[in-house]
Amino acid sequence: MTQDKREAYWRANLRSIAGVLAIWAAASFGAGILLADRLDAFRLFGFPLGFWFATQGAMLVFVALVFVYVRWMNALDRRFGVYEE
Amino acid sequence: MGPIGWTWVLVAASFGLYAGIALYTRARSLADYYVADRAVHPVVSGMATGADWMSAASFMSMAGILAFTGRDGSAYLMGWTGGYVLLAVLLAPYLRKYGKYTVPQFVGDRYYSRSARAVATVCALVVSFTYVAAQVRGVGIVLARFLELPIGAGVVIALAIVFFYAVLGGMKGITYVQVAQYLVLIVAFLVPAVLVSRLLTGNPIPALGLGGRLTEGGAALLGVTPGRHLLDALDAVGADLGLGRFTAGARPRLDVVATTAALMIGTAGLPHIIIRFFTVPKIRDARASAGWALLFIAVLYTAAPAVAAFGRGLLVATVEGVPHTEAPSWFRAWEQTGLVAWTDRNGDGRMQLSGDPARNEVRVDGDVIVLAHPEMARLPAWVVGLVAAGALAAGLSTAAGLLLVIAAGFSHDLVRGVAAPRLSDRAELGWARGAAAAAALGAGYFALRPPGSVAEVVAIAFGLAASSFFPVLVLGIFWRRATREGAIAGMAAGLLVTSAYVLWFRHLHPELNGPEHWWLGISPEGIGALGTLVNAAVLTVVSLATPAPPREVQELVASLRYPREPAPARAAASSRAR
Repeated sequence: MTQDKREAYWRANLRSIAGVLAIWAAASFGAGILLADRLDAFRLFGFPLGFWFATQGAMLVFVALVFVYVRWMNALDRRFGVYEE
Repeated sequence: MGPIGWTWVLVAASFGLYAGIALYTRARSLADYYVADRAVHPVVSGMATGADWMSAASFMSMAGILAFTGRDGSAYLMGWTGGYVLLAVLLAPYLRKYGKYTVPQFVGDRYYSRSARAVATVCALVVSFTYVAAQVRGVGIVLARFLELPIGAGVVIALAIVFFYAVLGGMKGITYVQVAQYLVLIVAFLVPAVLVSRLLTGNPIPALGLGGRLTEGGAALLGVTPGRHLLDALDAVGADLGLGRFTAGARPRLDVVATTAALMIGTAGLPHIIIRFFTVPKIRDARASAGWALLFIAVLYTAAPAVAAFGRGLLVATVEGVPHTEAPSWFRAWEQTGLVAWTDRNGDGRMQLSGDPARNEVRVDGDVIVLAHPEMARLPAWVVGLVAAGALAAGLSTAAGLLLVIAAGFSHDLVRGVAAPRLSDRAELGWARGAAAAAALGAGYFALRPPGSVAEVVAIAFGLAASSFFPVLVLGIFWRRATREGAIAGMAAGLLVTSAYVLWFRHLHPELNGPEHWWLGISPEGIGALGTLVNAAVLTVVSLATPAPPREVQELVASLRYPREPAPARAAASSRAR
């Protein structure tokens, strides 16, 4: 693998990490804490929306994020030939 | 058979299961002992990590905190799960690529310094030891209440069990025992939650029942009108008694943000969790294993707010305004442990709850909610026994994982890493088992004579883990220029800020421990977030002011980034490394 490709792999990883952490922060610190009172004006089934994010929604987002990142990185590893057989 | 009989049966059966698995899977080599020979499937590893992670605090205390604080308590839910996102993207795959046994060993190699390794070892030992004492204490409480033993006998039994399989079995033994413990604790948490959820809302899934409407029977149990949303009924009852609304937050936002961040970062910095990712065969397994661990943890954590809501409703309904002579049986049983207490302030012989401390007559420790809610809802006796077995599984599995970190820190990092590098594998294994045994005895001593409450001690452990390890590990992986001097200064500064703040408000001036005196309104639980920032800032500045790390260290950092290294690329990398 050339040096350019090595750097491209790492940059692609850093971009996906930044994306994951942006959504991570938006779901927890954003929807679950800072915006929770405003979101409570909306209802999701029986839940005030802000309360739902704080007690369930943020955690579900976390789970989905990690599995998306796993798939993303496996694809990236394959594309750059660093996938472990 | 009554609750005590069922508890004996279920606890004895679960302990027998753990002992059998431990014997069958006991460690035979050093790699077995520290990292289970790196042969654990990621799903199995995720499940074991889930049990390792979910301690007596997750099982008992978390829903209790939520029951009393409502939405503000969600800092624990988000904090203790959000850390796994950080682990998956920032730490687990890179530390697995590094491929050795302990976290301090990584710190020592990455920062080319035995002193850095020694500092990191001391941090790991302090964090793990405070945490293990809390677990042993929690297990002792459960044994005392449900088996009606003296608390000292409970602690001794807990220690004997943990000693047996952690000390002898090592990482390989505890991993497979933890899989069994995960299954026991999740069944024990969900069965009563499902039964209560169906009873109150007709929906068997607790997380959905929480948002559901009350059934006839449920409304009668809670003493409210049927057909209302459970959450609305709780909010109304909370407002009536001055307890605050369950779905609303009352704490300052900045403090909730800081506390959540400190718990997330602390989670990602806890050595007993990080080393789990050393046990899987491949780098991509480390990422996947973090996802599975989080999923298995979320199964319990998404049910916890429902258990909290049910417990809060049932507590009020079975206690408020009831004459003490007619107090329910769970109330009397827990009064004997001192975790539930009644003071008849207005002399009317009835128990009254209030948000106003001067009028509140009933004190219920948060830990009681999960353990007592099956009895509050009058579920059958076997459910009560099941909850006790689950709480024990949660406490024991975490204690075992922590003892292993203490054993490895002592034998691998201090004895072989610093004091006697020429030690044989066999002798090192002996030191590891001896250290685990000594730590178990020490934990037993502190569990019988706790220096503070369980929650207090655990909160300090998180703050220390966050402000010591996390920045040093992340910057060590992502920034080649981070230097030895920077790491040592950063760890020292982070630890100093966090422990000074905690000591000041908790021990030196507990009378000042309130939002009006806190710096920026940040509580001692949230100060770890600030300690982390201080650590990272000091590390960065000092690194830039000191000479760059040697070339082989920069090559080590570069190599962590690639799961597999094609041969020609290695030469290219080293020739262009800065």
